[in-house]
Order: sequence, then C-alpha cells, then structure tokens
Amino acid sequence: MFPELNNLLNITPDRAEQGKLTLLCDAKTDGSFLVHHFLSFYLKANCKVCFVALIQSFSHYNIVGQKLGVSLTSARERGQLVFLEGLKSSVDVFFQANEEPHPLQFLREANPGNLQPLFEFVREALKPEENGEAAWRCPVLLVDDLSLLLSLGVGAVAVLDFVHYCRATVCWELKGNMVVLVHDSGDAEDEENDILLNGLSHQSHLILRTEGLATGFCRDVHGQLRILWRRPSQPTAPRDRSLTYQYKIQDKSVSFFAKGMSPAVL
Amino acid sequence: MAAAATCGTGAGSTASVASAASKSKVTSFQRRGPRASGTDSGGLRLVSIAGTRPSVRNGQLLVSTGLPALDQLLGGGLAVGTVLLIEEDKYNIYSPLLFKYFLAEGIISGHTLLVASAKEDPADILQELPAPLLDDNCKKELDEDVCNHKTPESNVKMKIAWRYQLLPKMEQIGPVSSSRFGHYYDISKRIPQELIEASNWHGFFLPEKRSSPLKVESCSLTHGYLKLLQFIQNIIYEEGFDGSNPQKKKKNILRIGIQNLGSPLWGDDICCTENCDNSHSLTKFLYLLRGLLRTSLSACIITMPTHLIQNKAIIARVTNLSDTVVGLESFIGSERETNPLYKDYHGLIHIRQIPRLNNLICDESDVKDLAFKLKRKLFTIEYITKLKSYGLQDQKYFLTGHLQRKFAMKKNPFRGSYTLKKTY
Repeated sequence: MFPELNNLLNITPDRAEQGKLTLLCDAKTDGSFLVHHFLSFYLKANCKVCFVALIQSFSHYNIVGQKLGVSLTSARERGQLVFLEGLKSSVDVFFQANEEPHPLQFLREANPGNLQPLFEFVREALKPEENGEAAWRCPVLLVDDLSLLLSLGVGAVAVLDFVHYCRATVCWELKGNMVVLVHDSGDAEDEENDILLNGLSHQSHLILRTEGLATGFCRDVHGQLRILWRRPSQPTAPRDRSLTYQYKIQDKSVSFFAKGMSPAVL
Repeated sequence: MAAAATCGTGAGSTASVASAASKSKVTSFQRRGPRASGTDSGGLRLVSIAGTRPSVRNGQLLVSTGLPALDQLLGGGLAVGTVLLIEEDKYNIYSPLLFKYFLAEGIISGHTLLVASAKEDPADILQELPAPLLDDNCKKELDEDVCNHKTPESNVKMKIAWRYQLLPKMEQIGPVSSSRFGHYYDISKRIPQELIEASNWHGFFLPEKRSSPLKVESCSLTHGYLKLLQFIQNIIYEEGFDGSNPQKKKKNILRIGIQNLGSPLWGDDICCTENCDNSHSLTKFLYLLRGLLRTSLSACIITMPTHLIQNKAIIARVTNLSDTVVGLESFIGSERETNPLYKDYHGLIHIRQIPRLNNLICDESDVKDLAFKLKRKLFTIEYITKLKSYGLQDQKYFLTGHLQRKFAMKKNPFRGSYTLKKTY
C-alpha cells in the first residue's frame, strides 16, 4: 500500500471502513497501481480477500506485492487470500470440457447469459467460518478488471447484475468491501463499457479515477488522480467531495502532489 | 511466466516445495540472474536459454524482436510470455518486415518457431526471411575458408571492427545458436536454406485446416481462431514449453508468429462491418492466447490490420488484451509524403503500449517522435529531431557585427569590389 494514498483517502489499515464499493477507473493510462495498493492494504488490514484476477498472472501480483510488503503466497496458504487466476484457469476451462461448474465457464458459451457461477465462487470464498470465530476482520472482493468480461462476450447488464449480487452479499450482508477496476474507453465509443462505467459510478461510495495528463506524456508526472467521495444512498445529499492530485509512480511507491507542484517543476 | 513454477510442482510434491520456498522467503530480495520470471520454487537452478537475457529492471526474461532498435524502445526486448501486437500500416508493406525479423531472430537463436497465416504458406514465409548481416571482411574470410577447406579460426579477435566478431559465422552448418542478443539482418538477401532446415518449426496454414472436424463446440470463436488455438496448445504441450515434461533437459523458447489476425481470411468480419455478429471472437482468442503464453516459455508476434477495423471499441479492447503494442504508419498515399520534415523517412512508428510486468513502472522511452526508414539492406528506426536551417543557403548564424555586414553584401554579387572597399 502507498502511505501517501492512505493519507489522501484518510484511511489506515486499522480503521478500514466497511460496506463500501470502491470504483477504480483509468482513462488513457494504466491504473493498475491502485489495484496493487488496495490488495496490499486489505491484506495488511487483516481482512479476508477474494481476488478475481483476470488480466495478469499470480506471480505478477506476488512480485509487486512483495515490493509493497505483503506476500501473496503466504496469504494464500493461511487462507487469508482466495485467488482466482483467470489466465491459467481459462485455458483449463476452455480445452477440457468438464461437467462440474467452474467460475469461468462463461468462456465455453457463445452468448453467456449471466455470471452466476462466478458469483457462487465469490460467495463460497467469502462466507464466514462455521465455528463463529472471526479470524479475519471483514471480507473484501477485488476484481481486476471488469471491462475484460465485456471483451469475453458477457453483456454489460450481466456484469452489472453480477456486481449487484456481489454488493448485496459482500457489502450489505457480510459488511465487507468491494474494489473493482473498469477501464474508461474515452473516445473509443465503447457503448457497453460506458453503460458499465456509468452504472457503477452511481453505485459506488468512492471513485478513484486516474487519467493521463491532457498535455501528453511527461517523465516526471505520470498522471492525475481524481478522488470522489459519494453517498449513493442519499442522492439529495450535499455535493460530493472531490480532490485532484497528480502522481508519479516509482519503483516501490507512488508519490502524490497537488497539481503543478511536481518536485521536478519546483 | 509461471513456467518455472510448474516445472517445480511437476517434479516434486506441490505443498512441500511451495511451503519450503515460502518459508525461506524472509525478504523481498529477488535474485537477478538468467532465470524465467515469476518462479516461486526458489530451489531450482535454471539454465540460461540461448537468445534470451534477463531484464535489468526486474530480472524478467527477454527475447529480441530481431530489430535491436525496437528492443531498445521496448525496454530491452520482448518479455517471454507476452504478446507483441503490430498494427499494420495501410498497405501492409512494412509490417511483414517486422514479422520476418522476429522469425529470423528465432532461427538464429535456435528457438522453435510456430508460424500461422491464412494468406501465405508458412514454408514460403520462412523462405523469405532476411539473412543475418555479414560484413565484407567476414565474407572474404568465409570465401577463403571455403576454398581452402580448412576449419575457420574462430578465435581471431578483431581489434577495430570488434562488433562484427559477434555476428554468427555463416560457415557453421547447423543450428547457429549465437549467444548474442539481437542481430542485424540484410533484407536484400534470403536466409540460407541450411539454417531453415536445421531449425525446428511448425506451420499453420488455415486453408489446409478447414476440413478437419472440431473437437470443442464453437462457443463464439471463429473456426479459424479455434483451430489455431488448439494447434498452439498442442505444440506447447507436446514439446514441453509449459514445463509439463520435466525430463526435457534443454529449455527453449517457442516463438509464435500470427500474420494478419482479424482479417477476413481468418473468417472474422470485424474488418468488414461495424456491427458484426462475432465481435467477441477476436478478443476471446487473444485472452485465451494470453493464458497459454503466460504459462509457457513462449513469445508471440501478431500483425493485425487495425486500420480496417470499423469499430473503434474493438481496437481499444484488443489493445488492452495485448501487452506490447506498436503501430506503423506509412506515408504512402498520405499528405505527409510531401512534408519536408518527413522527406527522409518512410513512415512513423508509434509505441502505443508497453507492459508493466512484475513492476509498477515500465521503461518508456522519452522520445515519442519515431520514424522508420527502409534502406536497401536495413530497416532503421530514428528519432525525428533534426534541426533544419531555414533561410538562405549560406546564411551563418553566430557572427559578430562586422562580419555579418560583410557577408550580407554577398546578396548583391553584381556590385563590384569597389563597394566592398567602401565599407572597409
């Protein structure tokens, strides 16, 4: 996790909020550093994490996690982390037609209607222990990334249904958190993606939006981060709070600064 | 990228190896050495594979794309387990060159090749690969040795033209597994037949595979993509690139080349209409291919006619599903052909995306204005940062006062020396 980002969001691993949906959105840049941040944050906060990683392999997250101070392999072994590796499982699901349901079995279908097996997997992974003792603080669902499901043939409505079911279970029933990443296609006119993004923007409590700089590539400032706090349950609440920062990603951390206050400029 | 891990788990019992490795990992220190990336089994000692080198940033295993200039722009080379997507130029003149460089590099390095095309027979593609670049000095030596039938002196050290020493010596018949990373090629010559025959390659020519029956139900993948995916998976499994065969002593890289993916010849209609029936076929194929590559020691180059794809959303999705994306834009037929800034070049090359693998950051080049030029023998990539002197031909910039006046008089050559004397 990045301590500067924790300060900006005003959260610490000890006082993690509950029942929140966080939307990570990136436009014209790579917002995956936020996924690494939240993964390491919740593992350090002693939460049970279910990570649906569709876009990269386990070793990628593990190596970056080690730079940020968490070990995914040991978290997986002690049961804190349930990792669904999309890339490896997709090959198995596709080429070996088993009869038992698999969370990614929508890959086999031509027009997958819904993501129910995936939801069942998440619910199974995050269900509380039977003996009543809470070994972990609260369950967290992390999805990287949802736009990929659209590329695999799932409709935007089906993905929104999946998020809705997960929110009902994880956020409301189990009092946990959800963090999802969606790409913003910008001017590429991806209608399904826009539906998904708009739908999620209205449901989420916190939106972290990374954008590339409007002036183009810069070596010292990699992009701009917009933080938007929302209260979706009270639509008539006073205006949501929003902050904008620019950031530079380094080898093991990310530094944030106000717009125009990059250390390279000052 | 988890290839080494699968080797380890295949060899011994899964739980004990993994837990032993994790218990020994107290620090996050990653040993840098010639090993495949992402290995969890710390105890395995991996032999370095010919034609690869570890990245200086994170020890990631890299292979050369065949163009040392492009390797440098991509941060050292192409990472093993990733896809390099080349967005074809408008008339598909320059992208086949990059494709052939990639395959030729595989032959020189001794890698296994898998060439897939719907347009040309892979055997014909291999015949047209460029020959490795030989300097005239080396060639004279070669002729001499061939005449005299004596074994070449491989230890002759060249003091001045030391770079040519590192080029593969053509008189070696057989797999030329040069230990050097990245070679130069001569496009005007064809690769020698012996090198092709000595290499291990597999071809996938779609028209030949049309009639064979499908084993898996269609599930929205076009027939061509499905057969190709099965073919690739077969080769990876049978030749042990995914570590499923721990008995294989010598590890090698599989270089996959897919030409014109997405074109109508593959049975896909994304290049024909905007609202196509099977718009997910290509993206699903790319995702499954990515899954195959990440779990094996292979690297893939795909050329795609993205300028023909009508639906921009698909291009965005394809870009997100590929790791490295390089776009070629040739000047033929565009107004840039007559632009004096571009008169020395044949087109622009755009590095659209570089992956951040095992890392938060990537090695992006600072310069984004890159152009390419196809010379008679070489394909070169250069920065467009030329300063042009605008104005009169002999105009000099930094002159002191009186000299400026003297040279300014040159504008009127018909005035005699009488005038010049006058100013002095």
